[in-house]
Amino acid sequence: MRRPGEAPVRYTLLGVVLVAAGLLTAPAPAVAHHGAATFETGKEITLKGVVTAWIWANPHCFLKFDAKDDTGMVRQWAAETQNPVSMTTRGWARTSFKAGDEVTVTVEPVKNGAPVGRILSVVRANGQTLRTQGPLPATTPAP
Amino acid sequence: MPRSVFGCAISLAVLLTCPSAGRAQTWNAPGLNALEFKAVPPGGPAPQRDLTGIWDGGGAGVGGAGQEAEREAARAPFTPLGEQMVKGNKPGNGPRMVPVAEINDPLSTLGDPSGFPRLLTFELRAVQIVHTPNQVLMLYMFEKRWRVIWTDGRPLPKDPDPRWYGYSVGRWEDDYTFVVETVGLDDRTWLDNSGNPHSTALRVEERYRRVSQNTLELTVVLDDPTVYTKPWMARNRLPLKAVPPGTDLMEMIPSASEAQAYQQFISNPTK
Repeated sequence: MRRPGEAPVRYTLLGVVLVAAGLLTAPAPAVAHHGAATFETGKEITLKGVVTAWIWANPHCFLKFDAKDDTGMVRQWAAETQNPVSMTTRGWARTSFKAGDEVTVTVEPVKNGAPVGRILSVVRANGQTLRTQGPLPATTPAP
Repeated sequence: MPRSVFGCAISLAVLLTCPSAGRAQTWNAPGLNALEFKAVPPGGPAPQRDLTGIWDGGGAGVGGAGQEAEREAARAPFTPLGEQMVKGNKPGNGPRMVPVAEINDPLSTLGDPSGFPRLLTFELRAVQIVHTPNQVLMLYMFEKRWRVIWTDGRPLPKDPDPRWYGYSVGRWEDDYTFVVETVGLDDRTWLDNSGNPHSTALRVEERYRRVSQNTLELTVVLDDPTVYTKPWMARNRLPLKAVPPGTDLMEMIPSASEAQAYQQFISNPTK
């Protein structure tokens, strides 16, 4: 039985829903074993490519993919994210990519022009966008 | 209190007190995210002489990029030897940050142990604390490493053979404050991800203050007269929050083979 002034059950459930939503949208801390010295901070390149490997590892995960440059030549890219623990809070997983997947990758490239960068976002073949920054996604996959 | 907030507090309190409740039983969890960390309720009065539980320092515990300025402000000046030692360290973060290909951090490039006290200043993720009759055990998520803190009244060893994680003894200063002293630390390790060095003369004092059922505060003081001109505080009342007790944590092990792969495909091409 509810006492006078006590929240009805539906409000408490609403609270649970709201807190669950909040828990899943919190920004993750910036974590890195290195800073920005290597990268062209603020520059973004978006590449359509095909995954050759997804390395789920410390200190950084990285995605290897082939993408054509402006001249049509295929370049073999490697682009990093944070570590598996931090990426898990953002909805990324060991199974997020497999060789042959078509992806659209937005990276912050390195300064020396090599096909290397750090990932800002990836659009998977199924249309899902995975991000490395900003609010956490609404749902995270079960382990 | 708004009713939804009240509901949030109730739901989190349930998660933190009932092992069988919903999300309290998990596999391969990353620890508390930022909002989960903030939403942990105090949970009632602190139990006496008890640190049992899984504790998470949140983003501040991880101590990643962007948090070096605060630590550098707290750091004591180097001695002349310290000035010489720090020149050999090429970190990826902090005021002496170098490009990725030039980093010589033994943790991230060689797969060396993080060592102590770096385990408290960088990547201090979830840690489970266990009491035995004569020890307190610290089981760290990062590196899947453990420390033994002897509580049987033994003195610290004299002139010990240096170890990655040193030699530790602990005592209760009062019913809520557990003090740990550590000596015998291997000087191959860095103090933090800014490349601050230390010598084998380093002594570390950790103070764990149980503030409430769900909150613990960690203060770390470093005293290394060989490298620093005075003792300094590497952690100042860092709050650690209780993680639901049924949480199975992810592994986060910086292996040598993974470090080599990173160097091959990311670091080396940037040279």
